[in-house]
Amino acid sequence: MNNDIKFSRYNFDVVVIGAGGAGLRAAVEARQAGLRVAIICKSLFGKAHTVMAEGGAAAAMGNVNDNDGWKVHFRDTMRGGKFLNNWRMAELHAKESPDRIWELETWGALFDRTKDGRISQRNFGGHEYPRLAHVGDRTGLELIRTMQQKIVSMQQSDAKEHGDAEKYLKVFAELTITEILKDGEKVSGCYGYWRESGDEVLFEAPAVVLATGGIGKSFKITSNSWEGTGDGHALALKAGSALVDMEFVQFHPTGMVWPPSVRGILVTESVRGDGGVLTNSEGKRFMFNYIPEVFKDKYADNEAEADRWYKDQENNRRPPELLPRDEVARAINSEVKAGRGSPRGGVYLDVSKRLPADEIKRRLPSMWHQFKELADVDITEQPMEVGPTCHYVMGGVKVDPDTAAAYQVPGLFAAGEVAGGMHGSNRLGGNSLSDLLVFGRRAGAGAAEYVKKLASNRPAVSDKEIARAHSHLNEPFTRDGNENPYALHDELQNVTQDLVGIIRNEKELSDALEKLESIRKRAAQVKASGGRAFNPGFHLALDLENMLLVSESIARSALARQESRGGHTRDDYPKMDANWRTINHLSKWSGKQVEIDPAKSSMLPTELIEVFEMDELKKYYTEAELAKGGN
Amino acid sequence: MSRKVKLRIWRGDAKEGKLEDVSVEANEGEVVLDVIHRVQGTQMPDLAVRWNCKAGKCGSCSMEINGKPRLACMTRMNTFAEDETITVTPLRAFPVIRDLVTDVSYNYRKAMEIPSFAAPEDLKPGEYRMAQVDVERSQEFRKCIECFLCQDTCHVIRDHEENKKSFAGPRFFIRIAELDMHPLDRLRNRKQKAQEEHGLGMCNITKCCTEVCPEHIKITDNAIIPMKERVVDVKYDPIRWLGSKIRKREGIV
Ligand SMILES: Cc1cc2nc3c(=O)[nH]c(=O)nc-3n(C[C@H](O)[C@H](O)[C@H](O)COP(=O)(O)OP(=O)(O)OC[C@H]3O[C@@H](n4cnc5c(N)ncnc54)[C@H](O)[C@@H]3O)c2cc1C
Ligand code: SF4
Ligand code: SF4
Ligand code: FES
Repeated sequence: MNNDIKFSRYNFDVVVIGAGGAGLRAAVEARQAGLRVAIICKSLFGKAHTVMAEGGAAAAMGNVNDNDGWKVHFRDTMRGGKFLNNWRMAELHAKESPDRIWELETWGALFDRTKDGRISQRNFGGHEYPRLAHVGDRTGLELIRTMQQKIVSMQQSDAKEHGDAEKYLKVFAELTITEILKDGEKVSGCYGYWRESGDEVLFEAPAVVLATGGIGKSFKITSNSWEGTGDGHALALKAGSALVDMEFVQFHPTGMVWPPSVRGILVTESVRGDGGVLTNSEGKRFMFNYIPEVFKDKYADNEAEADRWYKDQENNRRPPELLPRDEVARAINSEVKAGRGSPRGGVYLDVSKRLPADEIKRRLPSMWHQFKELADVDITEQPMEVGPTCHYVMGGVKVDPDTAAAYQVPGLFAAGEVAGGMHGSNRLGGNSLSDLLVFGRRAGAGAAEYVKKLASNRPAVSDKEIARAHSHLNEPFTRDGNENPYALHDELQNVTQDLVGIIRNEKELSDALEKLESIRKRAAQVKASGGRAFNPGFHLALDLENMLLVSESIARSALARQESRGGHTRDDYPKMDANWRTINHLSKWSGKQVEIDPAKSSMLPTELIEVFEMDELKKYYTEAELAKGGN
Repeated sequence: MSRKVKLRIWRGDAKEGKLEDVSVEANEGEVVLDVIHRVQGTQMPDLAVRWNCKAGKCGSCSMEINGKPRLACMTRMNTFAEDETITVTPLRAFPVIRDLVTDVSYNYRKAMEIPSFAAPEDLKPGEYRMAQVDVERSQEFRKCIECFLCQDTCHVIRDHEENKKSFAGPRFFIRIAELDMHPLDRLRNRKQKAQEEHGLGMCNITKCCTEVCPEHIKITDNAIIPMKERVVDVKYDPIRWLGSKIRKREGIV
């Protein structure tokens, strides 16, 4: 039947889609379990979006302040996420992060050190103690390079032992997966194309790990690389799984605002962690006006105390610049709206008056570089202009916390930014890199265990599935429309940016959904011109469908949630409401549109309730939940 | 504040290709990659170009701009004269795939040839102790974003395909130096191997690699020259202890 479809065929035990932190860690684990593993990525090996991560990876090692421990980290994570987090994920994450960081050292990572030679840890928003393991401001690069080199070292051993470096671990770089294949309800493999040639590729595999990262490219102003087109989110939806809590999108408070071509590029939170302050056009440190009730006892309400904190953290409350990201982003948004913004529509972030020039260059080398080269600003002398930028999606594939198995699709796993639940309604800085390691490892182990249990009962790839994948992949060439994928992408980004952005309301969200529907119709007319070989227009035509699905999922979940919480702010429902905390939104694909299914969120178990003061829990949980007590 | 600029872009594949002239809008503050994207969005939808972060962090957008190896996302348009025609061509040291995209697999093959970090056997995870001053030297080399601009510019392989077999190139000399200076790495003959197996001897210290490195890594001064100097000195000090906790191996400077 498939005689006229040309494709190459590979067979693996586990296919990992994504070579960011999560994918690499998953691959290492599955290989160590003795399986044959493929790593697939859209870019060259070692370029995944994770290389951009700057500030650090959060892990309660207690190297700088030995009061830190997993319970404190767990507490901070739940607080940051406004208790909507999947508590089991937050618990595993807090407990396992230190081991995941230490393990990287044994693979060659070189983190910055404390005076006594241990891994140094830095302060970050929402973390009670200095907690982020880091390498200057290029921590993501260190993670990627370390695991990339770990994979090379495993391949070198395989070459020695088995005579073939790629016998157990093979990297397929610049290959895009467009379809998850199934045999009944189980995963049987995946299908895609080489970007270089446009040639089609079939992977037969009983387990597929999604580690495809984020969705930022659906928004106009974003810190994300081009890879962030939500492919994994869309693949999971279409494979019959569900996404959880997609309304929660993190706008990082500090992206560059000028020049226009770099708008959105991240200014790391370490600038604030290392003493940078935010001021408005009147020169006021405005963050003191935006400390929410729930955080009053943790954050300084005056400059003197805030300044003392950098020297003495035991006896002073932290500066409000270090509030969780959602709070700071909204504050900046309000200042600009109130006319107190900088001339180019941001606010000022200044570290030049806080640290000596050489100290700034040592601690924040890439920031210094970035502003010098892209904006002609010397941050050791001048303030930066910053504003919110779409940075991270908290929502993602609903997974089992312990095994990373995706909801309702046996053989599908998800880890890293593409997975949901861990961060609740708002992620703390530094908690993503550690999340990648903890759940990347768990996904690799989960997939390995699943494959071993299947034994020889492997699902088969049918000709029909291949034909379906082939025809979908070729649509941009075969249809006869004339829409330009670049122009449509632009329109999509405007809709999400303007109508599904930081501050939302019913009217705009409904409006957005209508507009998305019309863009979707036109996207079905997108025609790729030119040939199959390395043709970005063709690539974008396919990515566009994913971005549309993701945007619809975000807009529908956002419309359904009638409250404000973390990365979801409704000006028509400005308050956080404990009744809404009991609900998670599941996005499912009906074949025609995304549908939202409200599901009950779980209560903390008794032993974790004890980590908190009752007064704090009262702010988040309903009376009925608290009366009933822990699970 | 937009203006028209003239670009001459190499288009083609492994078999043939030619420079094509285009005129396109450029706005204030833009970089070459922005302008290439505008060409792609409005005139040449299938123009092949690699990029990823657009922030100088991933090393994907390497190409030659007016003959110089550069990152397109970090090359500001205002560094050119208003009426200058900007020529963009693929990296010359590597085979062309299409347009501005080259086959850089040589570099990944070389990475496979360098022996990996050999972890100390007597330390468990969490027990590593290293002083900041001791890790800093290796950290400089770990800043490398693998843009391969240094590889592209190095005359040993730029026009000498035949040398590629025996020459790892500056990117991998710093990788060797990085491991060699790692306070806890156990392998002791890295410099020797660099000389004997990875072609360090073919480098005649022209420093062109250092000049193009977007991360400003001092490839020659801090990695190549010290290795070359010490390679002749075959004495290796055994592991020695500094204080009770922090240990470090005899480095190369
Ligand atoms: C500028 C910046 C700074 C950050 N700083 C920090 C920080 O300091 N601390 C922190 O904790 N977090 C930080 N984050 C967040 C963090 O970096 C990301 O959340 C994280 O790197 C995501 O990793 P990942 O492994 O899930 O996916 P990614 O690193 O995004 O990798 C995704 C992979 O999937 C591949 N892929 C995607 N789709 C397909 C497909 N269809 N077919 C094949 N392959 C595919 C891609 O090619 C890529 O290899 C930062 C983010 C940004 C943008
Ligand atoms: S210094 Fe050596 S490695 Fe660097 S470009 Fe010159 S010859 Fe090549
Ligand atoms: S050493 Fe510098 S020029 Fe060479 S690959 Fe690394 S970053 Fe690029
Ligand atoms: S696109 Fe990443 S370095 Fe240019």
